[in-house]
Amino acid sequence: MSALTRSMAVARKELLQLRRDRLTLAMMVALPLLQLLLFGYAINTDVRHMPTVVFDQDRSAASRSLAQRLTATGFYDIKGDVRSYGEVEHALRSGQARVALIVPPRYGSSIAVGRSARVQLVVDGSDPQTVASATNTAASLVQADAAALVLKRLGRNAGELLGLETNIWYNPEIRTAVYVVPGLVGVILTMTMVMLTSMAIARERERGTLEQLIVSPIKSIELIIGKIVPFIAIGYVQMSLILAAGRVVFDVPIIGSLPLLYCLASVFIAANLAVGLVFSTVAQTQQQAMQMSFFFLLPNILLSGFMFPFEAMPKPAQFLSTGLPLTHFLRIVRAITLKGGDFNDVKGELVWLAGILVVLVTLSSLRFRKKLG
Amino acid sequence: MTQAASSEAAGRRSHVIETDRLSKRFGDLMAVRDVSLSVDKGEIFGVLGPNGAGKPTTIRMLCGILDPTGGGGRVVGCDIRTEAEKIKQRIGYMTQRFSLYEDLSVEENLRFYAGIYGVPSDRRNARLEEVLASTGLGSRRRQLAGTLSGGWKQRVALASATIHQPPLLFLDEPTAGVDPVSRREFWDQIHRISSQGTTVLLTTHYMDEAERCHRLAFIFSGVLLDTGTPDEIVERRHLRIAEIDVDRATEAADVLRAQGDVDEVSHFGSTLRVATRNGIDPEALSRTVLGEHGILVRRTRPGRTTVEDAFVSMVRAEELGKRGLS
Repeated sequence: MSALTRSMAVARKELLQLRRDRLTLAMMVALPLLQLLLFGYAINTDVRHMPTVVFDQDRSAASRSLAQRLTATGFYDIKGDVRSYGEVEHALRSGQARVALIVPPRYGSSIAVGRSARVQLVVDGSDPQTVASATNTAASLVQADAAALVLKRLGRNAGELLGLETNIWYNPEIRTAVYVVPGLVGVILTMTMVMLTSMAIARERERGTLEQLIVSPIKSIELIIGKIVPFIAIGYVQMSLILAAGRVVFDVPIIGSLPLLYCLASVFIAANLAVGLVFSTVAQTQQQAMQMSFFFLLPNILLSGFMFPFEAMPKPAQFLSTGLPLTHFLRIVRAITLKGGDFNDVKGELVWLAGILVVLVTLSSLRFRKKLG
Repeated sequence: MTQAASSEAAGRRSHVIETDRLSKRFGDLMAVRDVSLSVDKGEIFGVLGPNGAGKPTTIRMLCGILDPTGGGGRVVGCDIRTEAEKIKQRIGYMTQRFSLYEDLSVEENLRFYAGIYGVPSDRRNARLEEVLASTGLGSRRRQLAGTLSGGWKQRVALASATIHQPPLLFLDEPTAGVDPVSRREFWDQIHRISSQGTTVLLTTHYMDEAERCHRLAFIFSGVLLDTGTPDEIVERRHLRIAEIDVDRATEAADVLRAQGDVDEVSHFGSTLRVATRNGIDPEALSRTVLGEHGILVRRTRPGRTTVEDAFVSMVRAEELGKRGLS
């Protein structure tokens, strides 16, 4: 009973302090929205409208048709013709073009008589993200042409012999926002929860009020609960903000059960608060706490699968990634919002999250003792 | 064994604090060595000592937030090693940093500490009004603590530390950085609290404050040098004081300091304050010695021996002793 009173006193005090700290409060609302817009609009891994030059050495109806059909895919914007390999090189080096289509001489006549012809596609590979987008579309276009020619020579008109029909589920238009926005919930929660907790305790240490609390009858666990309960509430507000804004601005669907998502989020939020607590036991000042939080954020963004696919990471990075709460929460939030996953679909990730939470809480309570010295 | 047990029981009745060879070692440094002292109920007990003497370390051990490396003690009837949490319920603690939440108002600070110390909610409002009235903080209850002056902050800190009416109050340099008027008012408050039966243990640098305590303990380099009432401590040093009005004060001071029986010479404007040991008459000594050096002594009068004289004398003797040893 008195334990509850003490935790409540701390929670009340934290809320009062937060109310006075207008800047932090404003940041906690503005930050998720700003990040949502930034990440939602800026991160776009499907590259369209790549500037393209054409070195057409054939100038036949067939070569012009090829260039036109390439443009029609929407991936290539023809910026002009060039007359030599030198000009191709110049266009790519200067950044005028990312892609160059080189059609050999006698391309049209060759395919007309059934001789082999090789079209060349030169791609600026300095940004690896663009390479796949640049080559795949052209490759499938040319392959389709080739298949049609072969069939024609074999004298069959009816359909292809072997086909691959691709069906993309859950995000059929392959919009990045659909993928990024649910993930952003995790990133924002990681960022604010870790920072708020670590700074809230570092502030008490810095101002000498922690010593006052240590001499009081309040127990570590009561203090910690009192401190983090208001932050959990803030975490849920942020989460709701992002999901709602993602829905309105980017039309990101929420197919699965929201109550399930909110329930599971509590484990994730608690894990991040525990990280913050561990930091606060190390940091002596608010500034140090802030620096540590940023340091923690970077691997979370890079390794969690938020921006780069987990499967593409080398083994050591995957190992690290598995230890991050965000990695598992991302899978949960994407599974629920985008795929309509239920509890059974995500329980494996939940076990991981819970395991990480137990380790962190143990670590923080070992470090956060009420005795001095 | 039975004797020890019965004396312990007796101690629990009469002494609010009782320590037995309390020690704390930090690595190679012996911060507190074999400190045995006892504080009675309702006493204002002052712990004096220069910086680095081990005062805060001692207080922290008594509060149960620092484990002793040797010895032990009982505070408000609880063992400081095993019953630290019980002790925390029954003490108030105030540091020189005042430890207030500057972004909370006076009332919010007090309500917070009332909650932390588990003041029952039905009594909380009444207790709050009581504390606000007795400290004169009523008119400033809505002011943010960070905007208060040092003296007012001190009042809020004291009010916070006593909101739960603890039987024992620890004050760690409570008047550091506070103006003289606020200090006086603060001491009035301390005496009022003590007259209501609360025991107060405080540390201080100010010697005039030491004389306001019922009893004192002198700590130097972690060792308890002396303990007793201010008068007892002063008497035990066998010091005599004279205030002399001389011509060339600085030169006169040097001459007097060279005398074996002179404990201390200090400047007070144009007069010198001379302390002598072993019952030697400082007035006669000054006239004789300074006369030999051709320094005119205009006037002498006997002075009162203060706690400060006793303190300086004790510290000097210890320092000399240490130098002699090493």
